[in-house]
Amino acid sequence: MSVNLTLLIVMGALYACGIYLILERSLTRVLLGLMLLANATNLLILATGGYAGLAPLFSKDTPAQDYNDPLPQALILTSIVISFAVTAFMLGIIYRTWLLARQDEIQDDVEDRRVAETPSFDAEDDAEVPVETSEFPLTMVGSDGRDVSDRGAPGADADQEAGRSVATVVAGGREMPAEHAAAEEMPGSLNIDPSPEGGGK
Amino acid sequence: MNIASFAPLAVVLPILGAALTFLLIRHSRAQRAVSISLLSLTLALECLLLASAWNSGAAAVTIGGWLPPFGIVMVVDQFSSPMLVVSSAVSLAVLVYATGQGMADGDEDAPVSIFHPTYLILVAGVSNAFLSGDLFNLYVGFEILLTASYVLMTLGGTGPRIRAGVTYVVVSVVSSVLFLIAIAMVYGATGTVNMADLAIKLGELDQGTKTLLHVMLLVAFGIKAAVFPLSFWLPDSYPTAPAPVTAVFAGLLTKVGVYAMVRTETLLFPGDTLNTPLMVVALLTMVVGILGALAQSDIKRLLSFTLVSHIGYMVFGLAMSSVAGLAAAVFYVAHHITIQTSLFLVTGLIERRGGSSSVDRLGGLAKLSPMLALLFFIPGMNLAGIPPFSGFLGKVGLMQAGIELGTPLAYALVTGGVVTSLLTLLAIARVWNRAFWRRPTDAEHPDPVLLATPAARVSGPGAKVNNTVTLLPRTMVGPTAGLVVLGVALTVFAGPLFGLSDRAARDMLDRAPYIQAVLGDGTAVPGTTAMGGGR
Repeated sequence: MSVNLTLLIVMGALYACGIYLILERSLTRVLLGLMLLANATNLLILATGGYAGLAPLFSKDTPAQDYNDPLPQALILTSIVISFAVTAFMLGIIYRTWLLARQDEIQDDVEDRRVAETPSFDAEDDAEVPVETSEFPLTMVGSDGRDVSDRGAPGADADQEAGRSVATVVAGGREMPAEHAAAEEMPGSLNIDPSPEGGGK
Repeated sequence: MNIASFAPLAVVLPILGAALTFLLIRHSRAQRAVSISLLSLTLALECLLLASAWNSGAAAVTIGGWLPPFGIVMVVDQFSSPMLVVSSAVSLAVLVYATGQGMADGDEDAPVSIFHPTYLILVAGVSNAFLSGDLFNLYVGFEILLTASYVLMTLGGTGPRIRAGVTYVVVSVVSSVLFLIAIAMVYGATGTVNMADLAIKLGELDQGTKTLLHVMLLVAFGIKAAVFPLSFWLPDSYPTAPAPVTAVFAGLLTKVGVYAMVRTETLLFPGDTLNTPLMVVALLTMVVGILGALAQSDIKRLLSFTLVSHIGYMVFGLAMSSVAGLAAAVFYVAHHITIQTSLFLVTGLIERRGGSSSVDRLGGLAKLSPMLALLFFIPGMNLAGIPPFSGFLGKVGLMQAGIELGTPLAYALVTGGVVTSLLTLLAIARVWNRAFWRRPTDAEHPDPVLLATPAARVSGPGAKVNNTVTLLPRTMVGPTAGLVVLGVALTVFAGPLFGLSDRAARDMLDRAPYIQAVLGDGTAVPGTTAMGGGR
């Protein structure tokens, strides 16, 4: 099978530009990238038909190898129709994104971000067992003879407080401690989107 | 006249229905009647196809009388016909559920009038993909179902759905382009796109070309089937769609990808070239998927992750390329379509009854609605693989096949499968404990709907809303219960079904029945390797 070199080079260029464009964050560029990829693939299918030949209209005098292979062109026709439909749909989506968010960029998945920011601490499973407040505080002596109390040294508490106030998360336009980020998810709070279903409320 | 020659009707009837419902777009009552009756008719036809394939094996239909290597063929065999029946049964149940939801809300336009035509086109695409005996027609089937799914995914055009839709559309289009490139290369290398013809001609290519084509097809199908490194898009996009749409996507779309992978592995590229990488991928899919599920607090997202995870089981069965492994995989696909869809439908009901699908807000549903609890519990335990359910039987089949194979990697997969099964149980049990068993007041952010006492609901401020909206309408509970019963029926009739999937696996590994059904009885089938003797 012989292949047209120009077609191959054009195809390669289209693929390269297409792949570059779909990696962009702007939706219009992604759409352009998808269109380039689809057209590059059409050229690839065309190339599988070999060099151009006669139109495949049967006549008794023409030997079989002189005809063009009609199948790749039928495949390309189908693929053009499909990519046309997808392009039209993508344009609709891009327009809708613009109407809703006034920007042409791919949005983040809010729930995904929330799960990622959830601390590994789970109130149900790893909550601290409340310290026993008995008259006789449990005091243990460590191997070095120093007091190992379950209340911890007074300095350690302060450190912990300091650490807490440092780790903050900015969500919904306000700053909050990272630990509380998950717990902040209340109906009507700023850092979650209301569910699209709206539930039965 | 063989009943199998009516196979194209499985595609034509839904498309006809789509056209009719599109014309009836202003008459939602007529739309419902047309779509439900045509889909029932399709299901009845597919049951006849299954009966014919069960008795007499594979049969092919040439479309328009063009002879096989040139024209399009549709093949009804012991793998495609049960897939057709299960998929149509599931889509019928989801259709009834969706129309029930619209009727219960008293909103004549909900689900929006475009839902019926789009949904029927989706069903036609799925049927076309299952029946196709031609690689390019398979691509067309994929495109039909994908384009319909883009519309269903973004139904209503709300912010979160558009956001999820963008990811979904871009990923799907890229995978379709990869598939199309693979088809072009296959055609360039062999000069045919007929799958039976390819099965013969691909064997004559040199190993390097063959591996390239093989990998390209598997990557394209792997994206659609959501196999691990290519599965990132699924949990991101599925949960935002309306509940019935998510249910039908979860049940059918990924399984079409798995179906195409099975055909590629058994019919086009037999032998064990890529079995080792497939096994590694299967293990990663199972484990990574289920670990993702454990981190979620939204039930829909959690189920989407278990969906990814359980695709791993099917790939595992496929990668063993033994009769036992493949038979278990075929059974598992049928089981998983039913169970995953019913779980998503139940989640839709939970969201309706409890006001949310987040386990942080739910509680006490077991007391409020024991029926709902039962409907969640049965498929949940089925998914986790608790005996005696079909999930357990499918997994036992896979484990047995893995141990029969006896390689260290197979043992690793068996271990991974057991661990995944236990972690699935953990994930389901967490949902059960939180949403169903604890008191509503114990929830982190309890939903007001759950806290209201029955008496307060009648006289309280919400009374007006609750009088017009039935929380659990019979038209929605009915189809869900039907699917749960179908799942249980898969358990009860597991014996005959395993017999069928065993014969399907044998025929697929033998390849001769499929090729001879398409190209004629006299066709010599090269390299009919007597592999996977098994049982």
